[in-house]
Amino acid sequence: MELADIINPKNLVYEKPALLNSTTMHYCPGCSHGVIHKLLAEVIEDLGIQEKTIGVSPVGCAVFAYNYIDIDWQEAAHGRAPAVATGIARTNPDKVVFTYQGDGDLASIGAAEILHACNRGEDMVVIFVNNGIYGMTGGQMAPTTLLGQITATTPNGRDAGRNGYPLKITELIAQLPGTSYVTRQSVQTPATIRKCKKAISKAFQAAIDKKGTSFVEVVSTCNMNWKMTPVKANEWMVENMFPFYVPGDLKDSSKNNPESYTPLKN
Amino acid sequence: MGELRLMKGNEVIAEAAIRCGCDGYFGYPITPQSEVMETLMDREPWNETGMVVLQAESEIASIHMVYGAAASGKKVLTSSSSPGISLMAEGISYIAGSELPCLIVNVQRGGPGLGTIQPSQADYFQSTKGGGHGDYRLIVLAPSSVQEMNDFVELGFKLAFKYRNPAMILSDGAIGQMMEKVVLADYIPRQTTEEIEEKYGSWATNGRKPNRKANIITSLEMDSLKMEANNQRLQAKYAKMEAEEVLFEEIQCDDAEYILVAFGSSSRVCQKSVDLAREKGIKLGLLRPITLFPFPKKPIAALAKRVKGFLVVEMNAGQMIEDVQLAVGCGLPVKHFGRMGGIIPSPSEVVEALEQKLIGG
Repeated sequence: MELADIINPKNLVYEKPALLNSTTMHYCPGCSHGVIHKLLAEVIEDLGIQEKTIGVSPVGCAVFAYNYIDIDWQEAAHGRAPAVATGIARTNPDKVVFTYQGDGDLASIGAAEILHACNRGEDMVVIFVNNGIYGMTGGQMAPTTLLGQITATTPNGRDAGRNGYPLKITELIAQLPGTSYVTRQSVQTPATIRKCKKAISKAFQAAIDKKGTSFVEVVSTCNMNWKMTPVKANEWMVENMFPFYVPGDLKDSSKNNPESYTPLKN
Repeated sequence: MGELRLMKGNEVIAEAAIRCGCDGYFGYPITPQSEVMETLMDREPWNETGMVVLQAESEIASIHMVYGAAASGKKVLTSSSSPGISLMAEGISYIAGSELPCLIVNVQRGGPGLGTIQPSQADYFQSTKGGGHGDYRLIVLAPSSVQEMNDFVELGFKLAFKYRNPAMILSDGAIGQMMEKVVLADYIPRQTTEEIEEKYGSWATNGRKPNRKANIITSLEMDSLKMEANNQRLQAKYAKMEAEEVLFEEIQCDDAEYILVAFGSSSRVCQKSVDLAREKGIKLGLLRPITLFPFPKKPIAALAKRVKGFLVVEMNAGQMIEDVQLAVGCGLPVKHFGRMGGIIPSPSEVVEALEQKLIGG
């Protein structure tokens, strides 16, 4: 059998989503970002919202996300994606806006922006990729780095006395009345990938339905900076990260009715 | 003739924004400019024109909200005062680097640090030379009256969209807080989604249409040669502004032997100083730069050919004087008189400084 006989439309069982550009990704082999990008492209395509979706990319490994999904994008300053998305969403209520942020971007330098955007209940989606480390700058400690985890700035492991504690920001986000759907997912197996896609799809639908902010954390690996093989990194994530960052839905509701207050009289 | 009102400078910024078809305001309270957002919230323009008004969690968030909305082709502004503008500096650099239009109002107060809430002009360097990182320029308009606070909102947006560049109204606590009569502009409707797509569809991130490729708003470029080309494009734009957009006012300069150079609040003081000096027989004139960038180099250089000296009067330690010196060259004395800490100089102080530093010197 020739190769041309194999690569034949009638044999096609799976294909790249049309919205995923053919640009070669800059991500390291084994990185979770590529899978999450693919899921995003599939969801936007499935929902048929490519003409009204605007993505906001972060500073961090996903800074070039705009090269990979064929929609309009804006590149935000470090941590400010939720503010940028707020500006777009508020002045374009007919559009669907999402941010794509890493743990340093979202939970450290951008902690104020994410909390306030979620607390205002901006009708948007947040994709939060948590791999517990700064990837782009070469593996320094992130706010979500586990206690004892070795990074470039915690060479002897994260020490609570010196470095503080890992931040469960998603648990904080779930407390805010402006959020509707808050979930923690992962993409290390075909089953979790399918589950994660469902969660992303649900999050986008909630934003379309103006239910408030939807927040999807994807617990991820950074095998390069964790200094492991991709397979080992997946095992390490399941063994060490899942007990602390427990996968599953944290909240599934709708934001409180914004009209449901009465002005307090002096 | 538009509607005549008695209003505060800060209130007028809000009113002018609504009337000029603005799509959104994002801000954070800070003295002495909080009336801008207070007036907007009281006016509820979302019921009238559909304009969005949002109190952000910080000046940092405000400017990035402006960045987001501006990228989608919307006409948006923020306002703040000096320390808040410092917080916005990174975002302003991003907006300039991404070549987006927006309006930023700085109602200056005295610094450095927390400083004072009284008026100052000490953000001249920050406004005209950068403030944030990288080689960029803002279009800087310096109002000297409540009427100009009104007029420069529309003018600022016009220039911002013409050049796809952030514009700044550099005011101060005196003009923001003072009440004067003002002729308000007539209403301009907000642009529709279709108009935005038609006019700015080549760059605005308002959803990729089937007939165009995806628009990407970014200031990032990893290829140094391309990044240098981006910088050269920006510099060419700034050169065009310098050639075409300079605004200034000359008061009694025709027969003047000495020239005061002053902008904003200090130019109002200097108008009186010109009258006082002329009563004493001193032939004094005033050049008031209206655009601080682009700076009126040529009119100052032209005056330098026929006068004896310049006194630059600023509410700071000497900032605009550097631009006046560059325009004048080495042939003539250029001196500075300034008050700091929130103090507005008196007209007679200026005349005394002129006599001591230039005429007597």
